[in-house]
Amino acid sequence: MDNQATYNYKVVRQFAVMTVVWGIVGMLVGVIIAAQLVWPELNLAEWLGYGRLRPLHTNAVIFAFGGCALMATSYYVVQRTCHTTLFAPGLAAFTFWGWQAVIVLAAVTLPLGITSSKEYAELEWPIDILITLVWVAYAVVFFGTIVKRKVPHIYVANWFYGGFILTVALLHLVNSCAIPVTLTKSYSCYAGVQDAMVQWWYGHNAVGFFLTAGFLGMMYYFVPKQAGRPVYSYRLSVVHFWALIFTYMWAGPHHLHYTALPDWTQSVGMIFSLILLAPSWGGMINGIMTMSGAWHKLRDDPILKFLITSLSFYGMSTFEGPMMSIKTVNALSHYTDWTVGHVHSGALGWVAFISIGSIYYLMPRLFGKEQMYSVKLMTAHFWIATIGVVLYIASMWIAGVMQGLMWRATNPDGTLTYAFVESVKATYPYWTIRFIGGLMFLTGMLLMAWNTWKTIAGAKAYDAPVLAPAGHHA
Amino acid sequence: MDQNDLRSIVTVLAFLTFIGIVLWAWSGKRKQAFDEAARLPFSEDDAPAADGARKEGKTS
Repeated sequence: MDNQATYNYKVVRQFAVMTVVWGIVGMLVGVIIAAQLVWPELNLAEWLGYGRLRPLHTNAVIFAFGGCALMATSYYVVQRTCHTTLFAPGLAAFTFWGWQAVIVLAAVTLPLGITSSKEYAELEWPIDILITLVWVAYAVVFFGTIVKRKVPHIYVANWFYGGFILTVALLHLVNSCAIPVTLTKSYSCYAGVQDAMVQWWYGHNAVGFFLTAGFLGMMYYFVPKQAGRPVYSYRLSVVHFWALIFTYMWAGPHHLHYTALPDWTQSVGMIFSLILLAPSWGGMINGIMTMSGAWHKLRDDPILKFLITSLSFYGMSTFEGPMMSIKTVNALSHYTDWTVGHVHSGALGWVAFISIGSIYYLMPRLFGKEQMYSVKLMTAHFWIATIGVVLYIASMWIAGVMQGLMWRATNPDGTLTYAFVESVKATYPYWTIRFIGGLMFLTGMLLMAWNTWKTIAGAKAYDAPVLAPAGHHA
Repeated sequence: MDQNDLRSIVTVLAFLTFIGIVLWAWSGKRKQAFDEAARLPFSEDDAPAADGARKEGKTS
């Protein structure tokens, strides 16, 4: 059986390694801008200023770190659960190099101040076109692999990955519609409040599909695999998928409470955000209950620690989100650091943790090793990252509520009690704590990089053989 | 019929479709198929290989 077909692990390896690299880059930029808030003199040059580095941070962690993690795991999972190699391996290689080109272009243009100014969609139109090409190739490879599957059923993880790929394509095409003026400048197709609504329809569904559905695909494969037992309820996973699909699309207006957006639209956004609590928690419970009967494994398995803690943060932030979408709560929380804390409880606690756990699962398997170089380092990574997240979100909660209360406080004669700058001054200690939390999270990533380096240095790339059709293996 | 009636109809149809999916997922005859589907990631052994060795992906 020497010449037996093997799974296409090459592209998985490439994306998995770049997940670690871009994770460090993106989080380093995050730590830098956190430091700039505490020590403004760190805004050294125009292109190193907070305003230019902030979109670089968000793009790097969401699309470079998160994107590479999603592509690595989706290519791995779709092959292994369809029992077939990737469709169009040439296109798969193109998705890797094309996506890296997008990231490098982002890292060059954003510090130069070239931006469409749409949050999480700042990249200018030539890069948007490249993203579209890469994304179409990604969809062809992924769905092509599903079409040539050797098993009758499409495993639920692939449904989530597929939903993520299709929706992101739709979001990107609609929101990036723009009239180019020069090579580096374009204007949105939409104007006024329509532009705002399209932007936050995109923005919230980027959270819902890029940062949620895809990572739920990871959950539905890697949690059962690492726990060694099938998902708690498969039928719940089916309902989980469709409930997310039917509700997420409507939640965007909660980003535009108390703006020029029509009031009824704001209310619809709020109600659908509240409904979202049900599928989110259904999915979280499904993931966590998969551990029932295997809880002892959590004691000494750092991969499971990452995966299960990520689900706890998912549950926490998907409870917090609907609460913050209630208009009266939003009146307090909007524009404060509470929002920043909420985003990071999702981005660090949920998205990064499930990615880190999944990449730790993949690395040895992609390089023919029994285990990561050091399990102790993985455990150290887990604890240092967990404490970092907790410091980050707790400080931002306190800072956010404090800012909200200071901004709305009025004297008996109706004048404002505090000038804005007083709330800035009061926030300094919390920004310092947040900086320390972020620094700890970055330190954990550096441990991961070292551990990964020691695991793969000198190791041969390993491609597992494709599983023979059922009945052929004894 | 103006376009708002159409929008209402689509919303109601989407809701009914979802209810239909829930009933389908919980219907007794899907149980066996779903149990099999849940075992799909386990139909293969992909334990990490020993150092560098290109061994078979299955054990028994």
